[in-house]
Amino acid sequence: MLRDITLGQYYQTDSVIHRLDPRVKLVGTLLFIISLFVVNQFPVYLVVLVFLGSVIALSHVPLGFMLRGMKAIAFLLILAFVCNLFLTPGDILVSFWKLRITKQGLSTAVFMAIRLSLLIVGSSLMTLTTTPNHLTDGLEKLLNPLKKIRVPVHEISMMMSIALRFIPILLEETDKIMKAQMARGADFDTGNLIQKAKALIPLLVPLFISAFRRANDLAMAMEARCYRGGDGRTKMKPLKYEKRDFAAYGLLLFYMAACAGVNILSAHLPGILSWHLG
Amino acid sequence: MKKEPAGNHKETMEIRLEHVNYIYGGDTELAVHALDDVNITLPAGQFIGLIGHTGSGKSTLVQHLNGLLKPTSGRIYCDGEDICAKDYNMKKLRQKVGLVFQYPEHQLFEADVLSDVCFGPKNLGFSKEEAEAKAKAALLQVGLSEEYFDQSPFDLSGGQKRRVAIAGVLAMDPEVLILDEPTAGLDPKGREEILNLIRKLKEERGITVVLVSHSMDDVANYVERIIVVNHGRIMFDDAPRKVFTHVEELENMGLAAPQVTYIMKALAEKGAAVDTSAITLEEAKQSILEWVKGNKA
Ligand SMILES: Nc1ncnc2c1ncn2[C@@H]1O[C@H](COP(=O)(O)OP(=O)(O)OP(=O)(O)O)[C@@H](O)[C@H]1O
Ligand SMILES: [Mg+2]
Repeated sequence: MLRDITLGQYYQTDSVIHRLDPRVKLVGTLLFIISLFVVNQFPVYLVVLVFLGSVIALSHVPLGFMLRGMKAIAFLLILAFVCNLFLTPGDILVSFWKLRITKQGLSTAVFMAIRLSLLIVGSSLMTLTTTPNHLTDGLEKLLNPLKKIRVPVHEISMMMSIALRFIPILLEETDKIMKAQMARGADFDTGNLIQKAKALIPLLVPLFISAFRRANDLAMAMEARCYRGGDGRTKMKPLKYEKRDFAAYGLLLFYMAACAGVNILSAHLPGILSWHLG
Repeated sequence: MKKEPAGNHKETMEIRLEHVNYIYGGDTELAVHALDDVNITLPAGQFIGLIGHTGSGKSTLVQHLNGLLKPTSGRIYCDGEDICAKDYNMKKLRQKVGLVFQYPEHQLFEADVLSDVCFGPKNLGFSKEEAEAKAKAALLQVGLSEEYFDQSPFDLSGGQKRRVAIAGVLAMDPEVLILDEPTAGLDPKGREEILNLIRKLKEERGITVVLVSHSMDDVANYVERIIVVNHGRIMFDDAPRKVFTHVEELENMGLAAPQVTYIMKALAEKGAAVDTSAITLEEAKQSILEWVKGNKA
């Protein structure tokens, strides 16, 4: 049931992408997202697709597994699409009853849908191929300069890694409590909205109690090992760039350049290629 | 105060598993074949021990018995009806087959003990009064007297919480009671209390009981049939005495025979004429006493 939510999960396997330094993947994802939203020419998304497709292929994460994660947010995507489609003012294409579809609405909706799905696939690719610990290590290292202006970088990344670490545990716990209550005849699936919300109480109360208990245990265990925040802490496995990481940075640069190039090119080309955001 | 038998059980409830397979995480690299061609029949009124090493598939197996998990392949029949059929009444099944999870106290959520135990019967559609009557009977049967009814379940001791949780399932009047490691995390005294309680429940209600455990010592004293699982497969399914003759195979699975069996074997090796098939402390005592008397005579 709940295990079907693959968004933000780690997929264990061995691949070049998995072995990349987390900083590369963080920077890469950031650049990828920027590229998605700066670009406003349709043909550029072909470049984006080719890039994303090759990274997915390299990552050895089965496509089916990734798309299953998308199912969870399909509703959001459709909602965004429909809103954009009907609520954007402009030149009317079709109109029936009180609804009207405009040219601008259609193009915004399509662009937004493409951007959002690529955004989700791209960023879930990062979490699928990077363990939470690696991810926060990378983040801490990247944000290190901010320490100079007294941002508690270490503490923030510690909090993040603990939060990420607990997601699968809490999912498992939810699954277990749900089953235990179902064994007592609880019904989470039928009924109207209010009944469904009420049915969640026997799930949420034990879940919160267990979350607090776990948090307490963890705090105690950290205290017992004399944990104290950032200054002067060393790492057991410090992050170090390898050759492949520099190669990856190079590829990223190339990708950004390609996006920019195709964007400028197709902006100046007439015809079907020049379909762009209103 | 006289206790009324809470269940009006029929001695018909039979659960049959045919070629049941279960795979977790089917299409990922992490797929786990948790059950492998399981064929068993649980007739009404038996006291069954389900034994296996950590991760052998015990919990997975028992979750099939009340339809919480659906077999990846294979069939499960309850009173001859296929429980995977689309129109099968799952609520009815969950009422008939009560499952007490590992660490059941983690599922308590109500403000007081009585309301928590009422949760099951209320879900089954009983009125408030009926549900409370059932809950009270169940609580008394697990040995929690009226002074506990209004207390918060979170203020109780570990053993008491577990009793409340067991009562929560018992209040639904199941015909089959399955307990997944009911003694996990309890001290020796608490363990014995819970196990004796389960035996008492079995006798008073005449229901089928499936006791899941990885400790032979826990089970040997109580059950009439032992099912041993290893890597999702049924390895032995027989009377305890017969199962414990396979000491070596059991040890290879990370299990062990009861401690008295080892003592009796060691004694026999030293030349004592004792019964090596003794599996409970009481039997062992008898056998040793007889041998000592025989020596004196
Ligand atoms: N929700 C799940 N998702 C994936 N794999 C699981 C899940 N639950 C159990 N497994 C795997 O299935 C196998 C059997 O697990 P199960 O919980 O049935 O074992 P068990 O005999 O109850 O063990 P224990 O004595 O520790 O409770 C194990 O290898 C376990 O890792
Ligand atoms: Mg288990």
